[in-house]
Amino acid sequence: MMLNRIFLFLILGTVAVFAAGAIEGEVQKQALNMSAIVMFLLFVGGTLGITYWAAKRTKSAKDFYTAGGGITGFQNGMAIAGDYMSAASFLGISGLVYLKGYDGLIYSIGFLVGWPIILFIIAEPLRNLGKYTFADVASYRLKQTPIRSLAASGSIATVILYLIAQMVGSGKLIQLLFGLQYEVAVVLVGVLMILYVTFGGMLATTWVQIIKAFLLLAGATFMAVAVMAHYDFSFGSLFAHATEMKGIEIMSPGGLVSDPISAISLAVALMFGTAGLPHILMRFFTVSDAKEARKSVFYATGFIGYFYILTFIIGFGAIVMVFQNPQYLDMAKQAIDGGSPILGGNNMAAIHLSHAVGGDFFLGFISAVAFATILAVVSGLTLAGASAISHDLYASVIKKGNVDSMKEMKVSKIATVILGIVAIIMGIMFEKQNIAFVVGLAFAIAASANFPILFLSMYWKKLTTRGAVIGGSLGLATAVLLVILGPIVWVQILGNAEAIFPYKYPALFSVTVSFIGIWFFSVTDSSHDAEAEREAFEAQYIRSQTGIGAEGASEH
Amino acid sequence: MNKELVDKIKNNPDYQELVSKRSGFAIKLSISMLVVYFTFILTIAFSPATLGVPLSADSVTTVGIPVGIAVIIFAFILTGIYTKRANGEFDDLSNKIKESIKEN
Repeated sequence: MMLNRIFLFLILGTVAVFAAGAIEGEVQKQALNMSAIVMFLLFVGGTLGITYWAAKRTKSAKDFYTAGGGITGFQNGMAIAGDYMSAASFLGISGLVYLKGYDGLIYSIGFLVGWPIILFIIAEPLRNLGKYTFADVASYRLKQTPIRSLAASGSIATVILYLIAQMVGSGKLIQLLFGLQYEVAVVLVGVLMILYVTFGGMLATTWVQIIKAFLLLAGATFMAVAVMAHYDFSFGSLFAHATEMKGIEIMSPGGLVSDPISAISLAVALMFGTAGLPHILMRFFTVSDAKEARKSVFYATGFIGYFYILTFIIGFGAIVMVFQNPQYLDMAKQAIDGGSPILGGNNMAAIHLSHAVGGDFFLGFISAVAFATILAVVSGLTLAGASAISHDLYASVIKKGNVDSMKEMKVSKIATVILGIVAIIMGIMFEKQNIAFVVGLAFAIAASANFPILFLSMYWKKLTTRGAVIGGSLGLATAVLLVILGPIVWVQILGNAEAIFPYKYPALFSVTVSFIGIWFFSVTDSSHDAEAEREAFEAQYIRSQTGIGAEGASEH
Repeated sequence: MNKELVDKIKNNPDYQELVSKRSGFAIKLSISMLVVYFTFILTIAFSPATLGVPLSADSVTTVGIPVGIAVIIFAFILTGIYTKRANGEFDDLSNKIKESIKEN
């Protein structure tokens, strides 16, 4: 009862915050977008309804972390796609295609090819060995305290970096789309996310992601079809018009991948990084068994691949319909810099295209979808971060596993609120900062710390606690250090003349350091405990391969 | 899982078949994905002009467009191939192993 009352109060509070912001919005440069606000309120109302429904079904830690483990492969595939297709990839990749043409496609392919690898080597053993977090798997036969502490640090670092990028992006986007003040937008996202996760746990988060994935795919499909219909569904004719606008070079690889080392390093970061993202890995515990886990990746890869093909068409659509269209031109900026800058910058290409093909109403729809996208992604991130705190740090490291399910769930809810507040504060603090490095750093940490430990714990018998802790920490430190010494932070942010580490993506080096470190400190570990850890591999491997003894769908 | 059960499963021919077939299959598919992707990305790094060749003399569409789309479709097809075989053949073997330890 108490819970419901608090919940209602918070809903009303959110609406009040929103209304207040909407009025202030008039002083912003961007006009108030009524259809966007109505559609957004429909989405928020609907998802809060789902959260209310999910809250009544979230009775134990298992429900909170995994939605009871009864999500189907198709639903989970959709939710994974909802988790992965962030506003950054929708607006960023279509914006990159708009700006550089073919380079946008190269970039999106990099984000996709990690998925088959996740399916072939990670998904199944992860589902068979784990319970709530990937640290369950990494610490399966190793020492709980050091391994979980390291895995939780890697998870929390990845989550917070990713959250910063999402919060700052969302503040700016909402400011632009809805005419809300930056701070109001960030607080609104933070409060809604806290509501979804604390009350509805994984069940509400999953459905928010599924609905958002559906809306995003539907909206993007409509835009792509509308663009293609203009050119009688002929790619040749679309590309011919686009090259008339921007020149023939948009049809070939440009400067995105310049040297082989950067190319390989980016590929390593995207592939292994995707396989080490805690919020993605966590989704595999929401399905009943390995069979459904495999189906999840199959559907997710299909949805994500389809989505990237759509963003490519949308980017080209924006070239022909938005570029040089006086309606979307930023006159003030043009007066200073010349050229044909569009309002809000290149990342707004898809948003302007939605107006060009569907008028104010469809612009409202796509704006609301972009907002929904941010909410879904930050909810998944926060849930993963909260699980690392409550399940890995609190229940396993501090309480040594002697904690009841209700208490653990309470701690994860408190952790969610704290993470939400941290995200809001960070979002406001980083408003004016250059945050171009944070997502790259998040992927580098995931690839260099989380992935090697997880992968080797599943497949390498000789892995020991000492090897995993020292090697994983070295990988983490190398990733952070090389990003600081690299061109973005060292030159662009700190203002030095030349980067000490010349490459933008450190993953090739930090992942190598991590694997070598883990290997070296494991094979030279001749302690008694190390012997026992190697002995325990056989039983773990059998469980990972067959699912014998794996966590079932539901405890009740 | 006790030592006795571990040894029993380890010596089960179905288990040995499952492990060798699945790892072989997973490695083969992983390598084909890596080869396709790295060929693509290294072509771009070493010889970007290759993908910039027009499909025909009067077309602006370059070779890179169908190649890029094909990499996306290839990734999806690989996940389909693995899922189909694993959810059929490999799960049947797992179930046989589970049955065999229930018997006693």
